[in-house]
Amino acid sequence: MATLGQTIKSLWSMVVGMKVTGIEFFKPKLTVHYPRKEVDNLGTYRGHCDLVAREDDPLTPKCIMCGICVDNCPSGCLSLTMHVVGEGKPRPAGGAGELMLAQEVILPGSIKKAPPTGKAERVLDSFRLNYNYCSLCGLCVQNCPVSSLAWSREAYLVGRSRQEFEFDLLARLRAKAASSQGVKAA
Amino acid sequence: MALEANYGMVGDFYTQNFTTTHTGDGDTLILNLGPQHPSTHGVLRVVVELDGEYVKKAEPVLGYIHRMHEKMGEVKTYLQYLPNMGRVDYLHALGWNWAYVGAVEKLMGIEVPERAEFIRVITCELNRISSHLLWWGAYLLDLGAFTPILYAFADRERIMDILQMVTGSRLTYCYYRFGGVSADIGEKFISDLRAFLAQFKARIPMFHELVTGNMILRGRCVDIGVLPVEMCRRYGATGPVLRGSGVAYDVRRFEPYSVYDQLDFDVPVGKAGDAMDRYDVRVAEMVQSVRIIEQALDKLPEGPFLNPDLPDRFIPEPGEVYYSVEGARGKIGVYIVSDGSPKPYRLKLRSPSFSNLSLFAELSQGTLLGDAISIMGSLDLVIPEIDR
Ligand code: SF4
Ligand code: SF4
Repeated sequence: MATLGQTIKSLWSMVVGMKVTGIEFFKPKLTVHYPRKEVDNLGTYRGHCDLVAREDDPLTPKCIMCGICVDNCPSGCLSLTMHVVGEGKPRPAGGAGELMLAQEVILPGSIKKAPPTGKAERVLDSFRLNYNYCSLCGLCVQNCPVSSLAWSREAYLVGRSRQEFEFDLLARLRAKAASSQGVKAA
Repeated sequence: MALEANYGMVGDFYTQNFTTTHTGDGDTLILNLGPQHPSTHGVLRVVVELDGEYVKKAEPVLGYIHRMHEKMGEVKTYLQYLPNMGRVDYLHALGWNWAYVGAVEKLMGIEVPERAEFIRVITCELNRISSHLLWWGAYLLDLGAFTPILYAFADRERIMDILQMVTGSRLTYCYYRFGGVSADIGEKFISDLRAFLAQFKARIPMFHELVTGNMILRGRCVDIGVLPVEMCRRYGATGPVLRGSGVAYDVRRFEPYSVYDQLDFDVPVGKAGDAMDRYDVRVAEMVQSVRIIEQALDKLPEGPFLNPDLPDRFIPEPGEVYYSVEGARGKIGVYIVSDGSPKPYRLKLRSPSFSNLSLFAELSQGTLLGDAISIMGSLDLVIPEIDR
């Protein structure tokens, strides 16, 4: 008798479980079928970092070339070169060279104090991001003294080689500005 | 000779641990579970010696995903080490975030604004629910039930959407900062979270209907892997594994950090210490986490989410510090020794999964192979956390 009761109980537990799946069967689909549909919650998504342009000049980033982001980046993804007006020759800022050959972790002791923005005579020549190493930690974006870095919302980034993820952010900024100006003109 | 080979560590793991202790009657079978076995959750390898269907001996082999997190702590600055924390235990990344920032804050005497403490509680508990949900689905998958993981993921995706709103990422969060968090939670976050909590509370009875009462599941869990308290103590087991055996030890309750002492929650415990108890404890913990989040949302104070007077550089005085929090798998501890330089002199991570895995060898001895899989699943192992 006890065995019979046990068997009935076991079978009933399955029926209860099947009821749940049965109800679920008629509920609307939850998944977003990617190529046909895209999600709409990327407003705060951390894509790779991107330079932010000045309000008065969409071709120039706010960056004052202090090198804090270069020094802080745990993965050594960022590098920038600049020159001081009148000197002519580009030189790396923030301790890191222009070439990203080895990942090097740099002491923040090398951080230079940010120069006053008004007197900046330095010109940014290139601002590179090696996205292959980036861990999207956010230290560069959050520690920039002039908010010159922001997240791009690039969630659908694909490429066929590593080189495609080595970005020149300055060129990106300029291309973006040019294309938006083109839109405005048209 | 055999002894010599062992002490001199000659040969590979198999030679050291199995050939010398092989019973030699020729009837046993050596089997590798993993490192690429569907039921080992990542790259864990367990060498088992089987006598028929019975496990005579099981030895976990570690190191397949070792990334030298502790060594990296010595070559990176305090700030630069932050993103590592999301990668130690990717399922409860915020627990590790918290243990590390908590340790550095304690070492440097940095104050955390109250709002930030509440935000940390909310996000960390939310992360705990998502971790337990994944465990729930994956454990049942181990036991042969495919459907539940889809239900678990439906809820987990919603949690990840909510956490993405503030952290910007979906898995390996790097959200906490020394002295607070990196972004404030807004109206949308709170309303979405409340809607989720209301819905999730209604889903838990459904989970129970779906599987908890199922006789097949009970047959695989009840009285399987009975873990005595004494064995837990010997191996240093914590978290739901320890609580399943009836010890109500929870760091949030016994060494309350942050604002946990202002919140009202229960510490669920099991009785028998079998796999079913560990299952029940985790499901009950999800309900408690919901309670904690609701209270924290009600009490959420206004104010800054990041300490406004942080130092320019994080260089602590020489000294040492230990800080522990309750992670989804147990007690997470971070121990830092500072020599006054910008980088930690030594950084030690105490991961709960390491201790919880260590007892597997003893616990699975003499069980059926299928039960050993059930036991391993019930320990809720995250392999990257074992191999720091
Ligand atoms: S921290 Fe900001 S201002 Fe300084 S170099 Fe980086 S982007 Fe430029
Ligand atoms: S997000 Fe982190 S890893 Fe990526 S570039 Fe910025 S600082 Fe470097």
